[in-house]
Amino acid sequence: MPIKIGIPRSLLFYKYYPLWKTFLEELGAEVTISGHTTKAILQNGLKLSVDEACLPVKVAFGHVAALRDRVDYIFIPRLVSVSPREYICPKFLGFPDMVRQCVHGLPGVIDTNINLYRREKDMFRQYYKIGEFISKNPLKIAAAYRRAMAEMSGFNQRVEEGMLPEEAFSAPEKTRGENPGFRPTVAVVGHPYNIYDSFISINLIKRLGESGINVVTADNVPEQVVNSYAATLNKRLFWTLGRRMIGAAYHFIDNPSIMGIIHVASFACGPDSMTGDMIERKVRHKGNIPFLNLVLDEHTGEAGIVTRIEAFLDMVNMHGTAVGI
Amino acid sequence: MKVTFPHMGNLWICLNAMLQYLGVETVVPPPSTKRTLNLGSKHSPEFACMPLKLNLGNFMEASEMGADTILMAGGCGPCRFGYYAQLEHEILNDLGYNYRLVVMEPPEKSIRELLSRIRYITGNRSWLEVIRGIRFGFRKSRAADDLEIMAMKLRPREKSTGQADIALTEALKLIAETQRPEQLLTSYNSSMEIMKSVPTENRPVLKVGLVGEIYTMLEPFANMDIEKKLGRLGVEVDRSIYLSEWVNDHLFMGLIKGLRSSHIYKKHSAPYLMHFVGGHGQETLGGAVYYNNSGYDGVIQILPFTCMPEIVAQSVLPRFSQDTGMPVMTLIVDEQSGEAGLMTRLEAFVDLLAEKRDRKKELA
Repeated sequence: MPIKIGIPRSLLFYKYYPLWKTFLEELGAEVTISGHTTKAILQNGLKLSVDEACLPVKVAFGHVAALRDRVDYIFIPRLVSVSPREYICPKFLGFPDMVRQCVHGLPGVIDTNINLYRREKDMFRQYYKIGEFISKNPLKIAAAYRRAMAEMSGFNQRVEEGMLPEEAFSAPEKTRGENPGFRPTVAVVGHPYNIYDSFISINLIKRLGESGINVVTADNVPEQVVNSYAATLNKRLFWTLGRRMIGAAYHFIDNPSIMGIIHVASFACGPDSMTGDMIERKVRHKGNIPFLNLVLDEHTGEAGIVTRIEAFLDMVNMHGTAVGI
Repeated sequence: MKVTFPHMGNLWICLNAMLQYLGVETVVPPPSTKRTLNLGSKHSPEFACMPLKLNLGNFMEASEMGADTILMAGGCGPCRFGYYAQLEHEILNDLGYNYRLVVMEPPEKSIRELLSRIRYITGNRSWLEVIRGIRFGFRKSRAADDLEIMAMKLRPREKSTGQADIALTEALKLIAETQRPEQLLTSYNSSMEIMKSVPTENRPVLKVGLVGEIYTMLEPFANMDIEKKLGRLGVEVDRSIYLSEWVNDHLFMGLIKGLRSSHIYKKHSAPYLMHFVGGHGQETLGGAVYYNNSGYDGVIQILPFTCMPEIVAQSVLPRFSQDTGMPVMTLIVDEQSGEAGLMTRLEAFVDLLAEKRDRKKELA
C-alpha cells in the first residue's frame, strides 16, 4: 500500500510543487493535492484560524482541512529559509505549529525544517529527512532528490521564459508564445500564493488576459536581474519573497515596455506593508507609469475590484497613447 | 551633531547616559502622546505596526527640537523591526527632514562591529571611554528596571492609591539625572529608599504575567499604562521582558551573568511552538508556560496590530490555555485603541481571575 501524502494547494505550493511531487512520487508515495480554492475552503480556514492571520494563511488552513481525511500525511515542511541569510515570513516559520494546535483530526504531519539560512547545501540533508518518512533506502532517496531537482530546474526555466506556474507544472511542450505587439504589458507584483490563486485574487490574471493585456509577474524576471535591482537598496532585505518583489518591481519601473504595475497585497501582511510602500514610493518618484495597489482580504467583493481594474486599464490605455504606442 | 532616538519605556535614560558621558549632544524626543501617534500614522504605511508609527512621530517631534541625527537599532528579520530604520529614513527624506541615520545592527559575529558604529557617533574617544559609556548606560537601565519591578510589587499593596507611581517618577528622575558613574551607586540606593518608603499593607494579590511584543510591553504609551491599571486593580504584574535583559541578550550576547535570559523561555515553549518565529513569538509561549509553572493566576499577551510573530503565538495560546486551565487574554493595540475598551477588558479579566482563585480556595 503506497503511503498517501497530501500537499495543500496554498502558500509555497506555487513555487515548489514540481520539486515536492517528483521527490515524493519517486520514493513511491501517492501524492494528492487539494483542489483549487473555493468559498467552502476559505470558510473552513476562517473557522480554524485566528482573525489576525493573513488571508493566505487562512486559506492554507482550509486546504489542510480539505485533505485531512484523505491522506496518511499532510505535507507542510517548515520553510524557515529558502535562501542564505533570508527568511520568508514569521507565519511560515510557525505554520506547522499553528496547524497542529488549531486543526483537529489531523493524520500524520510532515513538518521537517527546510532551513537554508546558513548554507544552500543543507538542503539535501533536510530533504533526506523528509524521504525517511517513506523509504529507508539511502540510494533511492538520493536518486529521488536528484530527479526532483532536475524537474524543478526545468520548471524554473519555463517560468522565467514567461509561463505562469500552473501552466509550467504539467505542459513542458507548450510555450507561451510571443506577445503580439499590440497587447500592452502590465506587471502584476505580489506573492505567488496571492496572485496565482484565482479565488483569492478574484481571478485577476485571467481577467487582465481577457481584457487584452499581456501579464508578467515577478517570477518571470530572471534571478540575476532581480538581485541586481535589490542590491540598490541601502540594506539587504531579509525576506526572500520581498526581495524578489522589490527587485522585479524596480526592474519593471525601469523597463519601457511595461505599461502599468499592479501591486497585490493581503490585508495586514507584514512584509508587504513595508515593501509595498517602498515600491509605491519608487513609482511615484519616477512618476512614469500607472500604479494600482490592491489589498485583498476575505471580504473582498468582486464588484469593487473589477471597477478598480477597469479604471486602471483606462489609465494604461491613456498612458499608452501618450507615449505613442 | 544632535542625536535623537526613539522612545521605548526607559530606553532614553540608558541611551542618554551613554551618549552624554561620551560628550555627544542628545535630543530626547518629548514623551509619546496622541500627537506623536497621529503624526507618525499619517505618514506611515497603513499596515505598518504601531512601533514604526510611534518611532516616526518621535523623530518628527525631535526634529522640531533641533535633532539632526537618528540613532536606531537594526535587525536581521523576519520581524519587520530589522528594516524600520531604512523605511523611516525614506519617509522622513520624502517629507523634507534632513536626518542623518546611524543604525546599530546586532553583532552577528562579534561585539566589535557594534562598537565601531558607536565610535562614528562619539568621534575620537578611546575604546576604553566608549566601553565605560556603554557600561554607564547599561547600569542605568538595570537600575531603572529594578525600580519598575519594585513598583509592580508595590502598586497592588499601597495604602494610598498612586503613591507607588509618584515614588517611581521621583526615583527614576534621580537615576536619569545622575551625571557620573561614580555617583550611580549612591543614586541607586537613594532611589531604592524612596520606593521602600511607600506605605503598604499586606493584602492578597493576584499575579499576572505579561507576555508579547517587546515594544508594546516596554512603552507605557503603547500599552496605555497597562501595568499601572492592573496594579490599581490589585494585581501584581511581572513582565517577561525587561530592557536590561534584552540588551544583554541581544547586544552583549548574554555576556553579563546573573540576569534572567530569554533562553529559559525558549525551552518552555514546547510543545506549542517548536521553533523561532522571529520577534518574541517563541518567548511569548515560553513565558506563558513559565508563569503557569510558577503559580501565576493569569497571562496577558499584548501586541500591536499585524505583529506577525505574535499572531503565530496568539494562534497557539488557546491550546495552551485549554491544556493547563491558565486564563489567557490577548490584547491588540493600534492607533484606534481606546482606554475605556482596555479598562473594561482588564476589569473583566481580573474579575475572572479573582473568582477562580476564590473557587480554588473553597475547594481546598
